[in-house]
Amino acid sequence: MSRLPVKKTYKLFIGGAFPRSESGRTYEAEGQNVARASRKDVRDSVRAARAAQPKWAGMTAYNRGQVLYRIAEMIEARTAEFAELCSGRPEVERSVDRIVWYAGWADKLAQVLGSSNPVAGPYFNFTVPEPTGVVAILAPDEPPLLGLVSRVLPALTGGNAVIAVASETRPLAAIELAEALATSDVPGGAVNLLTGRRAELAPWLASHMDVNALDVTGADGEAPDLERAAADNVKRVVRGRPDAQSPWDIAAFLELKTVWHPVGQ
Amino acid sequence: MTDVEKRRDRSPVPSGWTYAPAPESTDILELRDRYGLFIAGEWVAAKEHFTTIAPRDESPLAEVAQAGPEDVARAVGAAREAFGGWSRLAPSERAKYLFRIARILAERSREFAVLESLNGGKPIKESRDVDVPLASAHFFYYAGWADKLEYAFPNRRPKPVGVAGQIIPWNFPLLMLAWKIAPALAAGNTVVLKPAETTPLTALLFADVLRQAELPPGVVNIVTGDGSTGAALVDSDVDKIAFTGSTEVGKAIQRRVAGTGKKLTLELGGKAANILFDDAALDQAVEGIINGIYFNQGHVCCAGSRLFVQESIYEPAIEKLKRRMATLRVGDPLDKNTDVGAINSREQLTRIEELVQAGKDEGAEIYQPPCRLPEKGYWFAPTVFTNVAQSYRIAQEEIFGPVLSVLTFRTPEEAVEKANNTPYGLSAGVWTEKGSRILWMAQRLRAGVVWANTFNRFDPASPFGGYKESGFGREGGRHGLEPYVELDGAEAFGG
Repeated sequence: MSRLPVKKTYKLFIGGAFPRSESGRTYEAEGQNVARASRKDVRDSVRAARAAQPKWAGMTAYNRGQVLYRIAEMIEARTAEFAELCSGRPEVERSVDRIVWYAGWADKLAQVLGSSNPVAGPYFNFTVPEPTGVVAILAPDEPPLLGLVSRVLPALTGGNAVIAVASETRPLAAIELAEALATSDVPGGAVNLLTGRRAELAPWLASHMDVNALDVTGADGEAPDLERAAADNVKRVVRGRPDAQSPWDIAAFLELKTVWHPVGQ
Repeated sequence: MTDVEKRRDRSPVPSGWTYAPAPESTDILELRDRYGLFIAGEWVAAKEHFTTIAPRDESPLAEVAQAGPEDVARAVGAAREAFGGWSRLAPSERAKYLFRIARILAERSREFAVLESLNGGKPIKESRDVDVPLASAHFFYYAGWADKLEYAFPNRRPKPVGVAGQIIPWNFPLLMLAWKIAPALAAGNTVVLKPAETTPLTALLFADVLRQAELPPGVVNIVTGDGSTGAALVDSDVDKIAFTGSTEVGKAIQRRVAGTGKKLTLELGGKAANILFDDAALDQAVEGIINGIYFNQGHVCCAGSRLFVQESIYEPAIEKLKRRMATLRVGDPLDKNTDVGAINSREQLTRIEELVQAGKDEGAEIYQPPCRLPEKGYWFAPTVFTNVAQSYRIAQEEIFGPVLSVLTFRTPEEAVEKANNTPYGLSAGVWTEKGSRILWMAQRLRAGVVWANTFNRFDPASPFGGYKESGFGREGGRHGLEPYVELDGAEAFGG
């Protein structure tokens, strides 16, 4: 007698919890019913991200590196499950390696991107990179896992909180990633993952006044409209590559702060 | 409390002596009656002109060209044509042109200072001691980068972007020109510059510096005009737009540039918090607060326009501030003793007056020291508002005038919370003798520049630019080169 398997309900990942879409809607992808996030879910995730961001950025850079490395450990341990949900084992392994690579950047950014500035006067002057804040990411459809990792990690490594819209056609890897994140040490809300119709969600993220930067890597023809909406609060608009790793990808989500102080007795 | 703080009954105005007038002569200037457009190294006649005036007495200074879209296209074409030669020139030779420009600016500094104060209204001591020397220093600083770009961006093979369209504001006309042109040229780009409508003259005089420096024709082109000229430049066939000005116009530019692939940097408005703790060196802090808001009549995007005073020192701080305000000399920008000059334009004066009226209407308490303002021209007395709530327009909106809003706080956490409660994020100030608190505050203030125990300091080596709605991109320092180079492995940023 065969056993009837227990099927998973695929939900959103907001503020460290797994809610269904507030709208109650789902859509079918990869043969499963997947939550179809709404504008309200976007707003909830922005609030969760904003609340979590200072905590994430306030950790020491060393600590953030360790937490990122822990994500890699969690994925490695679930390699077989992830492989089912993307192009296979090599994509999972490359995703793990990419996360490890970014984990090592957390405590080196300030040294590579910052400076001390020799001003013409009795002042000590230095420049440090800081997170821009809340970053909305439209992940590319392909590759479903590596594409998401390649866009989320640069923003996260720099101390930002992230709201990512997963691959619309292949969202299951993102949900699996959410489950790994939930059992890692990433503070709840530092990464929020939404599934649903990208074209429906993107404009709300692009025009949201409490989002600081917009990654349009996964946007299609609608990118110019999103860029226009992003101007409402002067968002930083970034177009990345679906499969790349670079410290400059991190830098795109950073601000530079310059501090002056007189030198005297 | 010190004796000074107890003497509430005495007049705050030092009396019994005064300054003799010390006007700077304008004889050094040779203004033309009418200016054309500076395109491909030549003066090109324009169809339309407008009159540029001296805000100190509204007297006309010259007729200036109003460039239309065809004029802008012609200038961009000239820059495009010059790009090949300029970008292929040996970087060390590019550097030498920039060094020349720096030197000529320094040699002609008096001429530039007089013209800047005449056309813009800022005190001659500021244009003489700040604007012009810093402009020269910017060219000197970036000259040295021209042949060292691969050290600024290791392994990234920096290449020039192409033709840069640069739109600058009226508050620091020559200095903003230098901030824009120096890094652009150092990196091998060519430029079309659009000076502000009300302050075109130092940019037009700068064209003469370029002639003296023998800069190849078309490397820098200057098109004057109003906002429509700026819009035409944004829409033109440039590869990059750099804009300094209001947040409102910056947003409009970001929308226009969307989808075009043009690189964009924006340096926009601000509403900086200047935070005064009870352990600060009070006299020194008051000087910094005065400088922070009344420097250049408050026409400064990073002006310390919101003063947060710790409640325990509120009374003595306000009293000292008012006493110091009473010694500010408001008047002729060309007088060497003047501290606060003329408001740049009628339009700006109207905006200041409107916001000050809003402050009164909303219930804030106004103080203006007794001072006689000239009859002709545009003037506004140094103003401080106390009893200000966070929600008042004078605490939220950029006034861009000599108007300070004072608020209070109790704890460092409260100061941070209130300081960051603004869509802007350009600059901030902290006054305290406690080193660890300075760093704690500096970490938490969401602003691109934090001045601790000082304010309104600028240097070519120091990156400047905003967080949030104060814009993106940096000017100054190594970071200031980045908007003007294409790099291997770079994210597309800002459209």
